[in-house]
Amino acid sequence: MNIVILDGVLFIASVLLIVGLRKLSNPDSASNGNRLAAVALGLGVLVALVYPVETQNNNYLYIAFGIVVGGFIGIISAKKVPMTAMPEMVSLFNGFGGLSAALISLVWMVNYHFSGEATELGIVLLNLFLGLVAFIGSMVAYGKLSGRLKDHHLKIPFNKVLNIIILLVTVGLIVVFSFNGYLSTPQTILFIVLSLFYGITFVAPIGGADMPVVIASLNALTGITAAISGIITDNKLMLLGGVLVGSSGIILTLLMCKAMNRSVLSVFFGNFSATKGAENQVEGNAKEISASNLAIQLAYSQRVCIIPGYGMAVAQAQKIVKELEENLENKDVEFKYAIHPVAGRMPGHMNVLLAEADVSYDKLLDLDEANSYLETTDVAIVVGANDVVNPSALEDPSSKIYGMPILKLSKTNNVIVLKRSMNPGYAGIQNPLFFKDNTKMLFGDAKKSIEIILKELKDV
Amino acid sequence: MNDIIVFFEQNIEIIYLLTFAVFLGFEVISKIPTVLHTPLMSGSNAISGVVLIGAILLIRVTEPTDYFPLIMATLGIILGTINLVGGLAVTSRMLEMFNKKKRK
Repeated sequence: MNIVILDGVLFIASVLLIVGLRKLSNPDSASNGNRLAAVALGLGVLVALVYPVETQNNNYLYIAFGIVVGGFIGIISAKKVPMTAMPEMVSLFNGFGGLSAALISLVWMVNYHFSGEATELGIVLLNLFLGLVAFIGSMVAYGKLSGRLKDHHLKIPFNKVLNIIILLVTVGLIVVFSFNGYLSTPQTILFIVLSLFYGITFVAPIGGADMPVVIASLNALTGITAAISGIITDNKLMLLGGVLVGSSGIILTLLMCKAMNRSVLSVFFGNFSATKGAENQVEGNAKEISASNLAIQLAYSQRVCIIPGYGMAVAQAQKIVKELEENLENKDVEFKYAIHPVAGRMPGHMNVLLAEADVSYDKLLDLDEANSYLETTDVAIVVGANDVVNPSALEDPSSKIYGMPILKLSKTNNVIVLKRSMNPGYAGIQNPLFFKDNTKMLFGDAKKSIEIILKELKDV
Repeated sequence: MNDIIVFFEQNIEIIYLLTFAVFLGFEVISKIPTVLHTPLMSGSNAISGVVLIGAILLIRVTEPTDYFPLIMATLGIILGTINLVGGLAVTSRMLEMFNKKKRK
């Protein structure tokens, strides 16, 4: 087919991709945006299938096999994944993209007998390195999020020092190998092993409340490898798509850092280790409340606010919370949700969960709105949130989360914390909120507790 | 050093494109409402599945008897497709959820 037509189609696909992404950042047009992006990428794949290449070996059978198998796995897993597991899913997909980019580099190297011009080979090696880091980093993040990897499994001695040394060695190797213009097989294997090891030491020590930052930045990294793969295979659509993903990932990373009042550097090189540090132990007695007493209190309140966190996802309590909302609104109680930007394990996690349970947007308050609302709230119920309501962030300069903007509950009349036990949150930080005068604890599974409250409410 | 200068001259178009695309990316994405953080992330994550195109282009020039790169590239195609198709599907599922609620 005429190469001009194919280039024209690629150009149109690139424009569609930009428009699609633009639409994706607006709630009204997001669905269309996603569809446009799909069309753009589909066109890109079609063009790649017929674009004239040096040697027409084509190997269409392998391509068809790969697309069918990949498409099947992709669709099935996308349909099956529960909304609560979205952060894991995104990490997993992201890791696959990274590995795919790394494999592109590897295939390029084998095809060109591990040799090439210095800059060319340098770019390919850089891509191999970044792709492998994105892959293994996403897998570690996936393991942490799905609970398969516990933080203590990942304690590597001298992690930070090791991390920097490996980075320097790897970059040094890229330079040396590129100027040699050639890699032997053992050198390639060494390079791959080093890259993987770097990826592990890069993500392993970052945990706790920094998880949303990690996910967003790994997303950006895969985008960058896609862009570099575009340079390697001389495909403008890949270059553009990769850069757009890279930029959006970087923006989200910065947003998440801002929401925690931390610099990017402190997240990646700081001391927010996943393991527990010498945190000030908070002493005191937490007061308990029974579900039936809480039900009565709620029924006679004017304003109730839910503060959801990752625990709500774990307990699958979003639907029952929505039922509570309906019940109380029938009793003329005003019912809102206070959403902290880093609540949950990925950017916007809580919004997705509540949308799944049919909670409408206008009931979701962002940090500033929520904090003024909470000053006049009768009952605030904390469902599975912990660090985002931890007053240490305001009061205790020695705390790891000191300076992070939180949802302030000091002026709220009654704070009820639904919690399984007194264990500290995901970040491993003790929460003085539990011991405040206006706080009462309701122990047990959040979903079951709210079920009991609902039952009691029907009798009030 | 000479190599780098030559590379720069040969690829000046790509370098322009890259620079503008970075600014474009920041411009297009900035000011996203919190509600859309997750869909935007999974959507942009799906877009990084474009690497599939690279895998296709490379496997087409691979010798049919070179089984190692063939298998690697096929694996690359599988993984890229999972990333692309899975990501788009999961994003559309999420966005439908938002829309369904809106019509009420």
